[in-house]
Amino acid sequence: MTVVALTRQNVVDFLYKEAKLLDEWKLKEWAALFTDDGTYKVPPIGKPEASPTESLFYVHDNRSRLQERAERLLKKEAHVEYPHSTTLRNYHNILVSGVESDVITVECNFTTHRTKREVLDTFVGKHKYEIVQQNGELAIKSKKVILNLDSLRPHGKISLIL
Amino acid sequence: MEELIRDNREKNEFLVHRSVFTDKEMLARERAEIFNKCWLFIGHETEVPEKGDYKRKKVGGRNLLLVHSQDGEIRALYNTCPHRGALVARENEGNSRVFRCFYHAWSFKNDGQLNGMPGKDGFPDDFNCDGEKDMKAVNRLESYRGFIFVNFDDQAISLDDYLGDAKEYIDLAADQSETGLEVLGGVQEYSVRANWKLLAENSVDLYHGMPTHKTYFDIKQAQDPGLKRVKLEGRGKDLGNGHAVMEYVAPWGRPVAQWTPIWSEDLKQDMEKMKEKLVERFGEERADRIANYNRNIIIFPNLVINDIMAITARTFYPSSPGYMEVSGYSLAPIGEDEEHRMARNNNFLEFLGPGGFATPDDNEALELCQEAYNNNEEVQWNDISKGMVRGEENAMATDELQMRSFWRQYKVRIEESMKKEVAQP
Repeated sequence: MTVVALTRQNVVDFLYKEAKLLDEWKLKEWAALFTDDGTYKVPPIGKPEASPTESLFYVHDNRSRLQERAERLLKKEAHVEYPHSTTLRNYHNILVSGVESDVITVECNFTTHRTKREVLDTFVGKHKYEIVQQNGELAIKSKKVILNLDSLRPHGKISLIL
Repeated sequence: MEELIRDNREKNEFLVHRSVFTDKEMLARERAEIFNKCWLFIGHETEVPEKGDYKRKKVGGRNLLLVHSQDGEIRALYNTCPHRGALVARENEGNSRVFRCFYHAWSFKNDGQLNGMPGKDGFPDDFNCDGEKDMKAVNRLESYRGFIFVNFDDQAISLDDYLGDAKEYIDLAADQSETGLEVLGGVQEYSVRANWKLLAENSVDLYHGMPTHKTYFDIKQAQDPGLKRVKLEGRGKDLGNGHAVMEYVAPWGRPVAQWTPIWSEDLKQDMEKMKEKLVERFGEERADRIANYNRNIIIFPNLVINDIMAITARTFYPSSPGYMEVSGYSLAPIGEDEEHRMARNNNFLEFLGPGGFATPDDNEALELCQEAYNNNEEVQWNDISKGMVRGEENAMATDELQMRSFWRQYKVRIEESMKKEVAQP
């Protein structure tokens, strides 16, 4: 297997691709970005380093659960997202470290807007990724979403994939 | 008086007038007759286990401070300075012997007693000799099996009497642990753009389970192909005072002692041992009930304890007719084995909470009800009659007796209010 020398720009482009897939509701393609042991987590607000046994997360998905999450959201019976809400994700302040190591870590700020039934909600926070190369392509080993909010009010839910 | 609830047992018809979800005057009446007079859940004793532990809580529209005082007592202090009113504790939680108001630097012991202030010479020598300048505590605070409640009505009946028959069901949830239950960190604070009573209804509504949560049950079916068909069956019960329960079997695993194929074989053996232990403690019948039956309990007006694929407690309060603030808790046995705890928490998150596969769809249903109540002028009544034809004592869990129990109590309290004038909101 050839390991291609990566640049920071490759990693940034990969993240933009992820955001675009989510905004276009290509959720199976989004799930396919993850490694076989990939995880997707949203820890409690204000406790980004909480332990999942001691604290209640919002999302604590292993690879199969994140697949179920993606597939569920595409069903008409996922009522909260049917019809699909309109979303727009922006990633900013992207910090890439270890671009030459086996596991690249990325931290970025995000702003995700969601509008449905003429109500606009905005989620803000920080994404933390571990990214690896797999079959010559980048893949997400872990994605952690740290919400920089006081509470989920007035959003009320994290029905989207953030 | 305008009729709000039609309870016609001869016709087997139960109707709720939709204005109760949209009318500002109704909210003012609810504040006066329900939230100012009923026992309201403030938190669990394990949230403030040590002396000095405190947590800010919004209860019944008040800003409270649940605090484990230095004398060992748990109090609910009104989080306002007796001097000029500023919020005293500004951190959401912490541990402190003293609370200090930053405005004029008055300070208070963690039982509320005024400790000191700058410029003492400007006050009389006997200042605060009557305790009037201490941080005020809610007079009525009582607890049942770790669940702490407050009541703003000094004349209220005891919590024990108020809970009445609901205690049996709280016991069934609490008895699954020999060591007691604890609240996990990270209480989920969210909202729904809908009237608060819609969540009270929804939390004890099994009728909506299949249509609203089909995607969840599809996932369960895929995880366990052995599930020939998904069964949701059981009984509904009126517990008096507006409380109600549905007790039923369901296709999900229960981290008490009902194993499911997504869990490991080790866990299966553990769970069989847990079940044996329960049988030793409570006998076969009660052990079976604790392990294999699910319970959704509504404690009037706004506490839900769901002992289902995990244990959640939720409480919710309206800030306007069309908006409520919800606090969602997860409870688990103290000292639970790590693997069990993880299985429990995964179970919780798969269904429950703002990021689960089911709760967001509930929220959507509630919000769509609220949105469509703008047709109230022409379409006035909700129908909550399901199961009345069977007779209330034969109600199934998928009937609507649980909701009727809530509404019958609501009717009593609001009719009382209708005799009085209410300040226009």
